[in-house]
Amino acid sequence: MAEKTLTIALMDPPYESANSTTAFRLIAAALQKGINVNVFAYEGAVCLPIKDQAQHANPVKGTTLEEEDHPNTKAFVSSVLELGKDNPLLTWVNCGLCVDERGATSVVDGVKRGSPADFLKMANESTNTLVIPTK
Amino acid sequence: MANYVFIESRDPFESRDTDFVAESAGGLRRLGNDVVVFLVQNGVLAARKNARSNYLSQLAEADVILLADNFSLSERGIEASVLHGAVKESSVEALVDLLVAEGTKAIWH
Repeated sequence: MAEKTLTIALMDPPYESANSTTAFRLIAAALQKGINVNVFAYEGAVCLPIKDQAQHANPVKGTTLEEEDHPNTKAFVSSVLELGKDNPLLTWVNCGLCVDERGATSVVDGVKRGSPADFLKMANESTNTLVIPTK
Repeated sequence: MANYVFIESRDPFESRDTDFVAESAGGLRRLGNDVVVFLVQNGVLAARKNARSNYLSQLAEADVILLADNFSLSERGIEASVLHGAVKESSVEALVDLLVAEGTKAIWH
């Protein structure tokens, strides 16, 4: 079977939209099928892998941090990067201008910095490209 | 002719925006293209057979393939027994297969 690559552009910031959850599911499903994946994170999506994200307790429900154990998006990014560390390969590029605007420079290992030119190159070299825009 | 996959994430009862998919998918099918509409997130709310929206029926009559994400259905408590007759339960794994099929154009809405 010829090698296939799927490029996905993300724009939603963390904790705003179900789009992010669906995108992570798509990325994981593609990698588990042996398909290479490129992610170009644009605008608020560059905040998905911010390293300083922290879990918290829920004082309304009276649950501790450990009991709550809710996932942060940085953990999802790290998980899919682990899935796609070699073959298949996941390449995650954060838009540099979007990063600078948001001060989102501290991110989990494996996330690269790039520009929309990288997205064009990814799209040109991929089997297909899916843009998941904000509403 | 080409293959088109529309990924509809929007609830038709929240926004008239879903007319975009109904008109575009139906139009492309009438021009002879193969067209799939994959419902995901709140888009699956249209997939209930008693839903008072007929845009899926119109697409089914035009021979558009209608799929609904099983995870999104499950999250919303929509069981297979209450699905519109033309809608088949599907998965993101199946969506990936559609996306990497030769000559497929993908539109997220």
